[in-house]
Amino acid sequence: MNAVTTRTTCPYCGVGCGVNAVVDNDAVSVAGDSAHPSNLGSLCSKGTALADTVGLQGRLLHPVVDGRRASWDDALDEVAARFGQIIAEHGPDAVAFYVSGQLLTEDYYVANKLMKGYIGSANIDTNSRLCMSSAVAGHKRAFGEDVVPGCYEDLEVADLVVLVGSNTAWCHPVVYQRIVAAQENDPNKKLVVIDPRRTATAEGADLHLPIAPGTDVHLFNGLLGYLAENGVASDLPGTQDAVAEAHKIGDIDAVAEACGVDRDTVAAFFELFAQTERTVTVFSQGVNQSSAGTDKVNAILNCHLLTDRIGKPGACPFSITGQPNAMGGREVGGLSSTLAAHMGFDAAERVQRFWGSPAIADEPGLKAVELFEAIERGEVKAVWIMATNPLVSLPHADRAKRALEACEFVAVSDCMRHTDTVDRAHVLLPAAAWAEKSGTVTNSERVISRQRSFLPMPGDTRADWDIICDVARRMGFADGFDFDSAAAIFREHAALTAFENDGERVLNLAGLTDLTDSEYDTLKPVRWPIFAPQTLRAAGAMPVAQDSRRLFTDSVYPTRDGQAHLVAVTPRGPANAVSNEWPLALNTGRIRDHWHTMTRTAKSARLAAHIPEPFVEVHPEDAKRYGVADGAIATVSTALGEAHVRVIVTAGQREGTLFVPMHWNDQFAARARVGALANPAVCPISGEPEFKHTPAAIAPFDAAWHGFILASRPLQLAAESSIDYWVKVPGERFYRYEIAGLTTPDAWATTARSWLGVGERTADWLEAVDSAAGRYRAAHMDAGHIEACVFVAPEPAALPERSWLANLFTGEPVDETERIGLLAGRPADPGADPGPQVCSCFGVARNTILRAIDEQGLDSVAAVGEALEAGTNCGSCKPEIAALIAETQADE
Amino acid sequence: MSDNATQPKLDLVVIGNGMAGVRVIEDLLEAAPERYSITVFGAEPHASYNRIMLSPVLAGDKDFAEIETHGREWYVDNDIALYTGEAVVEIDRRRRMVVSESGREIGYDRLLLATGSTPFILPVPGHTLDGVISFRDIGDVHRMVEASEKGGKAVVIGGGLLGLEAGYGLHKRGMDVTIVHLMDTLMERQLDPTAADLLQYSLTQRGLSFRMGAKTAAILGDEAGRVTGLRFDDADDSEIDADIVVMAVGIRPNVELAKTAGLHCEKGIVVNDTMQTYDPRIYAVGECVEHRHSVYGLVAPLWDQASVCANHLAYRGHTQYEGSVTATQLKVTGIDVYSAGDFSDAEGSETLTFSDVRRGVYKRIVLRDDRIVGVVLYGDTRDGGWYFKLMREGADVSAFRDLLLFGQAYLPGAEPVDAEAA
Repeated sequence: MNAVTTRTTCPYCGVGCGVNAVVDNDAVSVAGDSAHPSNLGSLCSKGTALADTVGLQGRLLHPVVDGRRASWDDALDEVAARFGQIIAEHGPDAVAFYVSGQLLTEDYYVANKLMKGYIGSANIDTNSRLCMSSAVAGHKRAFGEDVVPGCYEDLEVADLVVLVGSNTAWCHPVVYQRIVAAQENDPNKKLVVIDPRRTATAEGADLHLPIAPGTDVHLFNGLLGYLAENGVASDLPGTQDAVAEAHKIGDIDAVAEACGVDRDTVAAFFELFAQTERTVTVFSQGVNQSSAGTDKVNAILNCHLLTDRIGKPGACPFSITGQPNAMGGREVGGLSSTLAAHMGFDAAERVQRFWGSPAIADEPGLKAVELFEAIERGEVKAVWIMATNPLVSLPHADRAKRALEACEFVAVSDCMRHTDTVDRAHVLLPAAAWAEKSGTVTNSERVISRQRSFLPMPGDTRADWDIICDVARRMGFADGFDFDSAAAIFREHAALTAFENDGERVLNLAGLTDLTDSEYDTLKPVRWPIFAPQTLRAAGAMPVAQDSRRLFTDSVYPTRDGQAHLVAVTPRGPANAVSNEWPLALNTGRIRDHWHTMTRTAKSARLAAHIPEPFVEVHPEDAKRYGVADGAIATVSTALGEAHVRVIVTAGQREGTLFVPMHWNDQFAARARVGALANPAVCPISGEPEFKHTPAAIAPFDAAWHGFILASRPLQLAAESSIDYWVKVPGERFYRYEIAGLTTPDAWATTARSWLGVGERTADWLEAVDSAAGRYRAAHMDAGHIEACVFVAPEPAALPERSWLANLFTGEPVDETERIGLLAGRPADPGADPGPQVCSCFGVARNTILRAIDEQGLDSVAAVGEALEAGTNCGSCKPEIAALIAETQADE
Repeated sequence: MSDNATQPKLDLVVIGNGMAGVRVIEDLLEAAPERYSITVFGAEPHASYNRIMLSPVLAGDKDFAEIETHGREWYVDNDIALYTGEAVVEIDRRRRMVVSESGREIGYDRLLLATGSTPFILPVPGHTLDGVISFRDIGDVHRMVEASEKGGKAVVIGGGLLGLEAGYGLHKRGMDVTIVHLMDTLMERQLDPTAADLLQYSLTQRGLSFRMGAKTAAILGDEAGRVTGLRFDDADDSEIDADIVVMAVGIRPNVELAKTAGLHCEKGIVVNDTMQTYDPRIYAVGECVEHRHSVYGLVAPLWDQASVCANHLAYRGHTQYEGSVTATQLKVTGIDVYSAGDFSDAEGSETLTFSDVRRGVYKRIVLRDDRIVGVVLYGDTRDGGWYFKLMREGADVSAFRDLLLFGQAYLPGAEPVDAEAA
């Protein structure tokens, strides 16, 4: 069989990169699609590793009812019957869907249609609530509609890019690389980063404003006042009030004081902004995830509206989304606060007429946090969760856990057999995964791309839209859900966007309403709005019905008065202030090489290798104050829960704040679900939770011992009472567990054999014991192969590097010289130890890079790339390579 | 130091032509070649040979010529008068004369006693029978080799270093060998039970038999006065056949001559830190001495003692002998065993162990106050010398304690050391 290439779209962040997936016999490989306008061939480390994630290990392949494998008929009948029964007894608002930006637009559309048009409730909310809803609300207030006015090209054209609350280098790497590449070619272009943390993104900035958490409105009001004072004026509605409110913050000194940034930095930023017409302000979760999220968005939009920097090349405010199809979800109306196709509940009659549906939701439903509160109270009695893991991702996640445990009926559609959420479902519906699904997604710059299947659906799995339609039919709604393909759903979605749309809604896919199935299959990336089908056909390629790259070029907005509105916003602090008991502000976020709750990225050893453990970043002064040491484990606690994570002491973390990544969960760590710690305070307008600020405390986790295990097979360490801390890190042909315990076991040998599952006394077993020093090391060999090894020491620093040992898990026998040094944990020649991985794309490790820098006199990231390929693919490790070069030079 | 070449030579008499006496002479020739006119008496008929290599000779791995260290020409070349096969029977301290068994009288200004030790013979009935052999000198080796040529059964009493080497040698020469040991584990003074078990297993694999925890009641013989077997002191008075019985149950310092001469002796000839006996003209080194209550049966202390003694004889000021930590290596082909120092789990000591049963490797390092005080290595003794050096130097190992068990290859800073033991 020859290699078959399929053009599809990356399922990770909202950049929406085009991917060429190649299937050659059974081997899958992926590469960036150079024809895709969003990435032009680039991919980040996660995208590059997509082929690692398509394996079937851990997949949910069959329906499960009450813990037992079931037929589709039984499972779907059960869902339809339970929902039907609860609706009949308690009304439509007693049920809910909790869906996801991971769903394709077609999946989203039928889910929304079923809930809002047929069940008749607006209780469908999405995990986009957790990341994007403040931007949605801010856009609506300013523009009248949830619209991102610019495109990625603007980031390259701009003379100034301001990144607010966005670790773009890690979270949207391809967009970041586009910015960096443009700036490298033009030294006059500037990059400003506004973030309490000195992230990898901030490392590369011309100016970094490490503002105090929650002071974005203070800063942008200050900027608005500064601009007004310097003669910038606008006659847009709301300008006067917004500027008047902004002036209250005071002069630059006052702004600097309020934001906790030095005056010169603030002044430099204001001046740069004031003087640079072509400015794009990119904002992301650091802005959105706040109890003042919507106000923060409008504080930014105000500055762009006042300076008329919108709808112009290189000038616009730019919300970038976290999920691959957060935008598509917003477009179909998958949030409980909108109805459908960018229409609100005031359009209920129109939408019902379009659908011909028996019912219609006429008021907003429950937003994510409220929804789980309602489940806990028993008001919502049945919930269907699709493609998301709320027990990890919601704030106050332990309450969400209790809510699901108490819920009468929980259905979960997922592609994984075990997640924290899946493990609490009554009915499990096996959904197709990325490589098997077909439909469309919309990215952050309004580009709709086809996601195409290139692998067959395994086991009993089905497409989400197919599952939803089947349940709808079983609930008696055959008429509205008689779809035989994703294409058919897409056509209806497109038609709804165009339905009675005389220009009052920017979202308009009129040009796509009568795509044939084959046109749908071959659809090239297309940016909305799309008005003219004829032109699309004629072009046969990237449709250029009109230049849709920039909106509002004519300054006409989808508001009642046709104008954009400035919104007066008043600065306010986070909902819950720090206190004596909880003196630190806990911030959460993503890391470079993991995605959401790791169900996918944890399948890729090279991704897991970048940052293997959940961690907390702590400022050196705080570390001293609270007695936590770099590399040790700490307990991070809030009023709601606690987590045990590894300490990273870094001056890049703002004093008084902590950062814990959002990804780890009960499948991969004993206790690192940071959602369980996050306060459920929400923005009153958007309902988006305040993930970026929860009052917290940190204390040492008093481990009596630390250790790690490498094993060729997964182990059941959660059941081991002697282990109080564990993290599971998937490797290439092994599993790595970082472990620690509060008490020292009486007999290490017995305990270790239990951990490694080695019962027989005659097993080939190597052991090195130094009881007095608290050191224990053992390895289990079988026929010359290493099966597992365990290393224990009183301090983490006393443990050897894992990488050399990990490289013994090759599937080949361990040779005698390696065996002799196995329990030393490293080869006799230190030069042979590659150290931790830096470049995930090419698997280049730290010591390899250091040696090359030293031996070949490499003095730039480019030179390292030339020599080792490191950093030459996605480039997201470039800051780390630069740091290694700096470190080497400092040593000399 | 002044040049003594112009001064008249002093007479040095050395009693004992073994390794200790010869080593002192060597060191002395190096330090003060013109100071002494030297006479050596040896009770054995040979020039000097390396006694610690007797086991390989017995096992047939080496022949006698290979272990001879100093041929007669060496004595001639260095102007040393050598009397072999001639034991000294009297020391006349008043006249400063020694008298040999042939009546030869030689005067001395300085006298060095290097009389060594004698194998201990269990005083059980039958211990004088023909075929009861000790394992001490080349003569014993010849007797065993001769006996083995007829094949048959050999019983070795003593599961210590020498007993095992004797047993292994006889086994290699075709005898059916049983090692009889009073204790429950072999080489209990050098090995911990784990290593001892591994060793016993290996030797059993090679065809040796063992009677552990067995006390000998009597050696049995025929009417011709030849050994026929052994009876044990156990509940049923069990017996075992034997064509020869090798006694390897320890050594006794040879102190008779010194005692007769009125020198203070306890277990051995008591010496001070400059290796002088109670008569300051008389020095003593080697297995015959007792220093600070210790008697040594290994070669390394002997080198240390010889160096101090020679230094003092050369008037080179006071280096002092402060006792030795000792190391042992079993000379059985293919079985590497190394032990040094104190490896008991004494109060205040900390133990590091390594085991790889499949590869037959076991290591035990005992630390006190971050310093090595004892080492047992089984199966992989490459680092024995290095550990021993660290132990002797009292080196603080805390900086690399985690890698200590894995040896010198992991610590590139440390100088390589050759294995050194007896």
